[in-house]
Amino acid sequence: MIPAAFEYERAGSVDEAVALLGRDEDAKLLAGGHSLIPTMRLRFSRPSLLVDIGRLDDLRYVRENRDRIAIGALTRHAELIRDPMLREHCALIGEAAALIGDPQVRHRGTIGGSVAHGDPASDLGTILLTLDAELVARGPRGERTIPAAAFFSGPFENALEHQEVLTEIRVPKAAGTYLKYVRRAHDWATVGVAAARVDGRVQVGLTSMGPTPLRARSVEDALADGASPADAAAHAADDTMPPTDATASSEYRAHLAQVLVRRALERL
Amino acid sequence: MENLALEGALTVTFVRSLFAHANIVDVDATAAEALPNVQVLTAADMDLGVFGPPPFPGVNPGMGRPLLAVDRVRFVGDIIAIVISDDRATGADAAELVSVDYDPLPAVVSPYEAAKDEVLLFPEVGTNVAARFGSPEHDEKLFGGCDVAVSGTLVSQRMAPCPLEPRSAAAELGPDGRITAWLSTQTPHQDRMVLAGTLGLDPAQVRVVGPDVGGGFGAKMLNVEEVLVVWLARRLGRPVRWTETRSESMVALPHGRAARLEFTLGGMRDGKVLAYRLEVLQDCGAYAVLGAFLPNLTGLMASGVYAIPRIEFESRSVVTNTTPISAFRGAGRPEASQVIERAIDTFAAELGMDPAEVRRRNFIPADAFPHTTASHAVYDSGDYEGALELALRSVGYDELRDEQRHRREQAATTQLGIGISCYVEITNGIAESEFGEVEITPDGGAIVRTGSFSHGQGHETTFAMIAAERLGLPVEKVTVHKGDTDEIAKGTGTYGSKSTQIGGAAARLAADDVLELAKQLVADYLEASPADIVLDPAVGRLHVAGDPSIGISWADLASRASADERLAELKAEHEFQAAPTFPFGAHVAVVEVDTETGRVELRRLVAVDDAGTLINPLIAEGQVHGGIATGVAQALYENFVYDDDGNPLTGTFVGYAFPSSADLPSWEAVEMETPTPLNALGAKGIGESGTIGATPAVHNAVVDALTPFGVRNVDLPANGENVWRALREAKA
Amino acid sequence: MTRIALTVNGSRCEADVEPRQLLVYFLRDQLGLKGTNVGCDTTSCGACTVLVDGESVKSCTVFAVQADGCEVTTVEGLAQGDELHPVQQAFHEQHALQCGYCTPGFVMATISLLKENPNPSEVEIRDGLEGNLCRCTGYHNIVKAVQAAARAGA
Repeated sequence: MIPAAFEYERAGSVDEAVALLGRDEDAKLLAGGHSLIPTMRLRFSRPSLLVDIGRLDDLRYVRENRDRIAIGALTRHAELIRDPMLREHCALIGEAAALIGDPQVRHRGTIGGSVAHGDPASDLGTILLTLDAELVARGPRGERTIPAAAFFSGPFENALEHQEVLTEIRVPKAAGTYLKYVRRAHDWATVGVAAARVDGRVQVGLTSMGPTPLRARSVEDALADGASPADAAAHAADDTMPPTDATASSEYRAHLAQVLVRRALERL
Repeated sequence: MENLALEGALTVTFVRSLFAHANIVDVDATAAEALPNVQVLTAADMDLGVFGPPPFPGVNPGMGRPLLAVDRVRFVGDIIAIVISDDRATGADAAELVSVDYDPLPAVVSPYEAAKDEVLLFPEVGTNVAARFGSPEHDEKLFGGCDVAVSGTLVSQRMAPCPLEPRSAAAELGPDGRITAWLSTQTPHQDRMVLAGTLGLDPAQVRVVGPDVGGGFGAKMLNVEEVLVVWLARRLGRPVRWTETRSESMVALPHGRAARLEFTLGGMRDGKVLAYRLEVLQDCGAYAVLGAFLPNLTGLMASGVYAIPRIEFESRSVVTNTTPISAFRGAGRPEASQVIERAIDTFAAELGMDPAEVRRRNFIPADAFPHTTASHAVYDSGDYEGALELALRSVGYDELRDEQRHRREQAATTQLGIGISCYVEITNGIAESEFGEVEITPDGGAIVRTGSFSHGQGHETTFAMIAAERLGLPVEKVTVHKGDTDEIAKGTGTYGSKSTQIGGAAARLAADDVLELAKQLVADYLEASPADIVLDPAVGRLHVAGDPSIGISWADLASRASADERLAELKAEHEFQAAPTFPFGAHVAVVEVDTETGRVELRRLVAVDDAGTLINPLIAEGQVHGGIATGVAQALYENFVYDDDGNPLTGTFVGYAFPSSADLPSWEAVEMETPTPLNALGAKGIGESGTIGATPAVHNAVVDALTPFGVRNVDLPANGENVWRALREAKA
Repeated sequence: MTRIALTVNGSRCEADVEPRQLLVYFLRDQLGLKGTNVGCDTTSCGACTVLVDGESVKSCTVFAVQADGCEVTTVEGLAQGDELHPVQQAFHEQHALQCGYCTPGFVMATISLLKENPNPSEVEIRDGLEGNLCRCTGYHNIVKAVQAAARAGA
């Protein structure tokens, strides 16, 4: 299929991208394109203007920023996987990136694009939520920092304003793990589970268990109260809204969440 | 096919129904036709009839498909209008702008609902039943004398064939009024006849060319789209072309399987099976095409590899508001083998007997061929027990059972399952003929022209080997031509795994004929008697028997015959017709099942596939590998599903679980050759065996792993969710 | 229309493209490089895999405008005269193709895989080719071909 026609502009800087977005209320940012272009090909999405930020190489980096790791929004999945600093300080990001799509997708797809697209089945979104990451956005009124908990506002929706560009993601140094159940290798997660130790507390996130990435708060609270991984994991599906689709039923997802949360906690 | 250069060709885009069942109130193409050079055609512009069901006895002729939907659409994907444009992008834009006013009707998605005849797809026909086969009579005493009878249901789920090349078609009207159609097809000659028949043309006015085709798997038979493309080229007087997108292909290319099979198998406590009853409810999709007929093959093959004294079979095929069902790798036979193999395992579990042992006690013995089954098939040759023993030895059956016992004792989370399937199938099922022609070229090589078609099967190599061997030529000196109805006098094409056994055999016979003609010519040149001329196949030289020094090579013969204008004498055609053959084999699958998530990992699959004499073992093994992958895909992954309103939920490669290399292991294919007496090559078909054998082996392995939990069956595909459900039900 | 300039199989080319022109159709329709096939419309099958700046990419999910200034390699750019690329040679020798439609994509994905991991295990090969689908071969001989190509130092 061929996307509907659109105008195309390549931005030479973040500020230029912000300005270009202001030109058209149906404009969209194009980064790696691996979330957007498939939806455009099926004509589920039909922006009238694409603002290409794919060449803004100054947004491709992973660096230490005091007690946090700062990741440029245009860092590609393949780069997340092999980055030595992430491997040392926040290994679950690379682990999860290695499970996204397939090698070709990982060569092009970016962390910022994936997170901003807001697919409830996105692995990285869950991880950022689990880690209490901060997302840095620049817009016409300058820069602001959005906590992950406030970022994911609905399926394919986020807290960014129309003219805001996601530029950086900051995560804490944390030990963690990500388990992903798929029907077949390159599928989206049937269910994904992230578990991480952040500032001494165990935090747990869920993929494909609701309209956005979710935190398994009941599990976290049970653990904080001293419950065993198995007992805490029994709460994995509390307050979730797992969908029923061609991949799995809601009840099977709820069951998987419990098994995977227990396994993730045991691995942590 | 898309690579074909066709100067000035217009692009065809089909506007397809978004509703499964609806009356079409109005089609408004105003906005679409406002785009540059766009033209839209609907049923009102057509002067053509219905694309009828295949002329098989018993299939209701009133359930054919209009070439363009007239007043009513019957599945998501039915064609409502045709957009003609200069290019693909404009076509997509225009198709979106064609506004269709639907009046939705209740959709019938489940075949059981369809069988109730409450909502009718063809009210004028008065029923949704498109065909019935077998006998509705019940013999009350069928299971008389049996110690044990077990029953169950197997749903052989709907699959999308997914050739990697989507369909494509192009057509051009020549200055002489003849039409040429380039089709991504398996059956150029049959296509020519059907095109001519549907369009009311003399077949001589139609040329069909099958270029390099990227896979077919049974689904690339002539369909309404190809007819429309040819019709358009004639009507518009301009060349036209159409290539389907994948998401279009997923709903428009016919699907396969979609049968619900209910079995009862009875026998004695010692493992001997006495009686079998099989009832099939076949979903044919929205129109009666080949799928309506396929249960006939399921019934024919019901007995499998077993000597079952009493068999009852009955089938109904019903139309539903879904994509039509046609042939897909196996076409009616996988269903037979899936259900009998599940029934045998269920029987073994009931008796507490090793499933291999139950099979041994019921095989048709190797010395009993030809053998006529109670389901009326005449098997040509076989050694079913030999195949099973070879497979069990190759896999290390006893050691695996030991490991399984160990894991069960440990109550391990990941359990081991071992599944056996013994199968027999039918190739060249309706005893067709095939055409072959061999011609010596001026340089002393040969051309083989075959009515078979190759869309990935490698006939170019196999048939060249057959002719080269008969003529004593190096295989590089033989080229195979296929797929152009102007060059090849006739043909039936490629489906049902019949190419080598009839097409290859025809090529061999034509090569033998050419050799005889060559002997006459050589005899003329050497002033000898043709009876005294022999071929030295090692060097490709014809000489006088007993004196190799008096002779002539193919190259010299061809060159001399060319100079004498006698080369045309070195050409022969042969048509070969034979009864069906029955390839067979045994597969053993080893799976690990995570009893918490339900996840199944296929660890090993040992496949003994006996297709008689193999011409090219490398190519034959390749057919087996691909066949197994499709069989495993059905066992563990793929399932084409609709919601209750008939909307496809797996209409792209994202939703439809086509497995990749990462989901499958390497295969352990073990050769076995039991020649058939039915053709000079000794060859049977190999294209579908892997698929037919693999599904039940893997399916049985998954159930086997879960036996200690009281599980007796897992629905297909035996994926994590279905395993989890089976475990949950067994616990309840 | 947007003007782009890129290198395809070592040759520099400039062209005007519609922004919505996908790289695969640019290669096939505008440059006539028909070796790259289209097998799906959801970034799933990998038949359209090419190398962009040396890495495997699905050219159905890249706009031609995004390839401006890049170096693109398609299957046509592999053989040196009559001599096949070692990966192509391995696919040929191991009978790793039947209908051949998925083959160019598999060959390009393999080249990228072996560049990143010159000695992959069977599991690494199978996982590394997860983005390419084949309906004919059951992947068995494709895996063998990749192993053979790795041994040959492709």
